[in-house]
Amino acid sequence: MRLIEVSELSKYYSAGLLKKQCTKAVDGVSFQIDRGETLGLVGESGCGKTTVGRLLLRLIEPTSGDIFFDGIDITKLSREEMRRQRPRMQMIFQDPESSLNPRMRIGESIAEPYRLGLKGRMKSDEIEDRVMELVNIVGLNPEHVNRYPYQLSGGQNQRVVLARILAVNPEFIVADEPTASLDVSVQAQILRLIMDLRNEFGLTMLFISHDMEVVRHMSDRIAVMDGGRISRFMNPGSKNIC
Amino acid sequence: MPLLDIINLRTYFPSPDGMVKAVDAIDLQIENRERLGLIGETGCGKTVLGMSIIRLLVPSTRVQGRIMYKERDLLSLKEEEMRLLRGREIAMILQNPTMSLNPVLKVGDQIAEVIMHHRGLDKKHARAMAVEMLAAAMIEEPARRANQYPHELSGGMKERVMIAMGLASKPSFIIADEPTKGLDAGTKTEIVRLIRDMTRGRSMLMITHDLAAAGEICDRIAVMYAGEILEEAPAETILNDPHHPYTQGFIDSLPSRGLHPIPGSSPSLVNPPQGCRFHPRCPRATDECRREHPQMIELEKGHSFRCFLCA
Repeated sequence: MRLIEVSELSKYYSAGLLKKQCTKAVDGVSFQIDRGETLGLVGESGCGKTTVGRLLLRLIEPTSGDIFFDGIDITKLSREEMRRQRPRMQMIFQDPESSLNPRMRIGESIAEPYRLGLKGRMKSDEIEDRVMELVNIVGLNPEHVNRYPYQLSGGQNQRVVLARILAVNPEFIVADEPTASLDVSVQAQILRLIMDLRNEFGLTMLFISHDMEVVRHMSDRIAVMDGGRISRFMNPGSKNIC
Repeated sequence: MPLLDIINLRTYFPSPDGMVKAVDAIDLQIENRERLGLIGETGCGKTVLGMSIIRLLVPSTRVQGRIMYKERDLLSLKEEEMRLLRGREIAMILQNPTMSLNPVLKVGDQIAEVIMHHRGLDKKHARAMAVEMLAAAMIEEPARRANQYPHELSGGMKERVMIAMGLASKPSFIIADEPTKGLDAGTKTEIVRLIRDMTRGRSMLMITHDLAAAGEICDRIAVMYAGEILEEAPAETILNDPHHPYTQGFIDSLPSRGLHPIPGSSPSLVNPPQGCRFHPRCPRATDECRREHPQMIELEKGHSFRCFLCA
């Protein structure tokens, strides 16, 4: 079953008043992602892969093209309608530190979606139990809950980000270079954790990276992007690396 | 006689929790015309080791031991004497070019500044030489690029500028700190090749967590963990026949080697674990490893490690 269907998606940026310059960041991209599938999106910096990720969650507006999420064309939704869909789709950013509020304790950060009522009204102790459960799922220790992001390592903060994302039970996750700022052994831990969570919660994923080896490990199918376009699709098992 | 001989170096920082033992009793030699890769993860102390050599640490740092360079102990030099060596004899290619370059100066002027200061050339000649250095760093249209500001250059190009600047004074010893960090695959391949070619026949300490890059460039690799060297061997041996469980785990966690993580996380440098510092994460740790602190053992010439199990 299709969860994501993107057709002829484009994003152009124009700059300059007199000498109008147009940058085609994404130029007519089409692909589908089945439910439970992970599509890897690989390409060099500046090829437009992050822009595709952001367009998919409508963090930026496309110039043209359609994005169907579970049969709904999200490019046509009003802000209010979009807000209701948001919890179903989440993003993991490259730098965990800048995705967390530096003035919130880890526990508060994870509890925030519940406090905002995204999962309905919940009692405080119910929220606390849920936070502890999530902390455990992502491999953090209970004592981390009272710390601030600056007191944790990059890998631990990325675990916090994952816990916060899981709090809203998303169906679709865009992971944009989630381990680019981490060491190899921590990268391996976080990627393994993402794989486990994906299998456990049946998540659908767009996994963006410039590292072909990483994308091979994480993806069921790979789209190679170059200059704003998808130049080809490939199998993670196939030999020829671009 | 090695060009650089680090003897029992300890670099400690005071912190509210106690002394941070970033470099703890390290011995390391680099021969003339040798390139040594220092591999390790964030927070293991590898950058502090580099900064200890070139003496760019905050005044509250406690540095003990000896760093013999051309028969002089760098640690006992006066600051004025050190300043004559720094950048001229011993140059550093700093990590993160975006942060390290001056955003309000043209890159050509930044390189010319190094040449004027260290080689005594006038501005006009220094500027011409800066353009030559950019050309040597394989930057296309070097004269035009020299007139640009850092924000006008891509990440890979800024790294080339850093390399050109580091080598502009023709140093006899180079410290390169994470020169491939944050670059995408294609650019990284080019930068690795550039460093390899530009440092051929020179002496270098390359600090990195990119084992593949170290393997391409360096003759020898030393593996650092929690302030100590755990294994040291010719680059090929580290890549293909590592003995220490940490080195093995590090290699196995690479995506190309199966993405098998090492459990746990790096220890605190304030209170490092008793016994072997890697024992809490080591799959093969024994009682001896928990109790005793292993010393470096030489397996064969040029290959030593700090482990009871692989002896």
